[in-house]
Amino acid sequence: MTERGEALVTAPDEARGAAVDGGDRPRPGAYRGLTVALAALRAGPPAILVLLVVVLSVASDVFLSLENVGNVLKQSAVICVLALGQLLVVVTRGIDLSVGSNLSLSAVVGAMVWRDQGSATLAVAAALATGTVVGLINGVLYVKGRLPHPFIPTLAMLTAASGLALYLSHSETIQGAPPVVDELGAGRIASIPGGGDVGWFPTAALVVLAVALVVTLVTRGLVWGRWIYAVGGSPEAAVRNGIPVQSVLVSVYVACGFLAGVAALLTMGKGDAGSPTSGALAELDAIAAVIIGGASFLGGRGSVLNALTGALVIAVLRNGLNLLGIDPNWQYIATGVVIVVAVELDVVRGHLESRFRSLQAVSAP
Amino acid sequence: MTAPVESSVATRPVLEVRDAAKRFGAVVALDGVTFDVGPGEVLALLGDNGAGKSTLIKAISGVHRLDSGSVTLDGLDITSATAMTVRSHGVETVYQDLALFDNLDPAANFFAGRELAGPAWLPRGLRFMSHRRMAERTAELLDRLQVRLPDLDAAVALMSGGQRQAVAVARAVAFSSRLVILDEPTAALGLRESARVLDLVRRLKDDGVAVILISHSMDHVMAVADRALVLRRGRAVGQTVPTAENHGQLVAWIVGAADGLTV
Repeated sequence: MTERGEALVTAPDEARGAAVDGGDRPRPGAYRGLTVALAALRAGPPAILVLLVVVLSVASDVFLSLENVGNVLKQSAVICVLALGQLLVVVTRGIDLSVGSNLSLSAVVGAMVWRDQGSATLAVAAALATGTVVGLINGVLYVKGRLPHPFIPTLAMLTAASGLALYLSHSETIQGAPPVVDELGAGRIASIPGGGDVGWFPTAALVVLAVALVVTLVTRGLVWGRWIYAVGGSPEAAVRNGIPVQSVLVSVYVACGFLAGVAALLTMGKGDAGSPTSGALAELDAIAAVIIGGASFLGGRGSVLNALTGALVIAVLRNGLNLLGIDPNWQYIATGVVIVVAVELDVVRGHLESRFRSLQAVSAP
Repeated sequence: MTAPVESSVATRPVLEVRDAAKRFGAVVALDGVTFDVGPGEVLALLGDNGAGKSTLIKAISGVHRLDSGSVTLDGLDITSATAMTVRSHGVETVYQDLALFDNLDPAANFFAGRELAGPAWLPRGLRFMSHRRMAERTAELLDRLQVRLPDLDAAVALMSGGQRQAVAVARAVAFSSRLVILDEPTAALGLRESARVLDLVRRLKDDGVAVILISHSMDHVMAVADRALVLRRGRAVGQTVPTAENHGQLVAWIVGAADGLTV
């Protein structure tokens, strides 16, 4: 390619009047090879999930049973919802460490309203509003408080919301949740053939599907969604193009907080209670899910499918190791390994992309 | 007026800068610079580092405000207009960093911040984007500028330096531009890609867009510019048609080895 490049030195005038050619006739071999490699890397996270499922279905007889699949879906629901919220934040180069504490606080508030008022509507509204307000405070502190990184306000919120949840509940689980919440968090539909009336498919998975659809619609269809990716891709360019960067940033923390409220409802339903520690460490699952799923921590890149894939990898890993009777502590070690593998795939992808770029520069005729 | 007197006065200039002066503290950045750019004209802005080129283009694009003097666009005084106002009047500046969204495709880059979406009664952020209309407009525009990209759906991150420059320039002219200011568009590019960008500049010219080109490459200036204006220490020290014969004169003006004609 050096020869071809040098040949141009002597003939710059040939380019005069020719089309500004963007490399639509590249050198076939290297170009195609890189394209295939990049496609394979993008398929990395789903491939990890498929591999896990295949290995576990061979290793365990019950793994693919409807009952167990239902269990995995139910166990993954909270992580999925939290991960979808976290995704929006991560796409803008941010992080929300407070979603676990936010979940606990929202669940406590929801359960208290149900206990004291007896209104399902009020209880649900209170849980969702609590999550949203916590997110709003995160966003405003970060943007208006000019804090250097969202790590700071959300770390502060992690401890503050957790403390408030413990204070309000007197460090005790508040028993009881509205029936509709119990149905959402613990209900099952679609009975197993020959298994009686009890269904296998958790209603919580339907909630996940609904949330995923809405987030997809927002990120793909709405101008707001485009702005989220634009801000994540280049905050400076977003400012220059008249995108309301500050509002966009606040909005993703609000959305993430609202989804922590939704996750709180699922958690309340699962245990028919509001516990001040029910969301402890859930933020780590949510962040791990987004990263494992293939969203870039550098911002601007990541989809709903990425987040769901990551959440399912974590849930399947836990469920599988359980079924195989392996020490539960290995789950955490395995999750750590998967995080590193997933991010390493992302790093390799970055290298290949820059190779791809330089190839484009020299391979055009 | 049936018979044009002189070819140079046949059309009214797009941009008129008169006695532009700007100082930063004790440093005189611009000291009475006067020049015009006509429609379809490529004006090269030459000068050593610190000659005042950047200050001048920032004064035109509304980033800096002149201490005295005036900037007129199509007869409209934009001397004290803000950057957003100047842009809305059709002056687009492509800075060296391009300000592209690497993670988005060309169409998303073109329409960033001005997405085609509806319905109009909703707040801007809650409108549904019309992906098809944006893709069509993008394809039309790239076609008009004869910019060929391998994949219109690929993120800009996957494109070469020249392709990215082409996308940035195309974005600049996408919205009925009158004047495009290019700051070192070929500085980071190889020969082949530089040639493509220079072609693009010629096409802007053919479209009647006025272009101000900052470049350190005398070859590129000679290849596309109709006129070259040399700045030195904030003053316009010379102006001529950049040809091989004038090359020595231009260099002399740039380094200050000879007194040029003041404009």
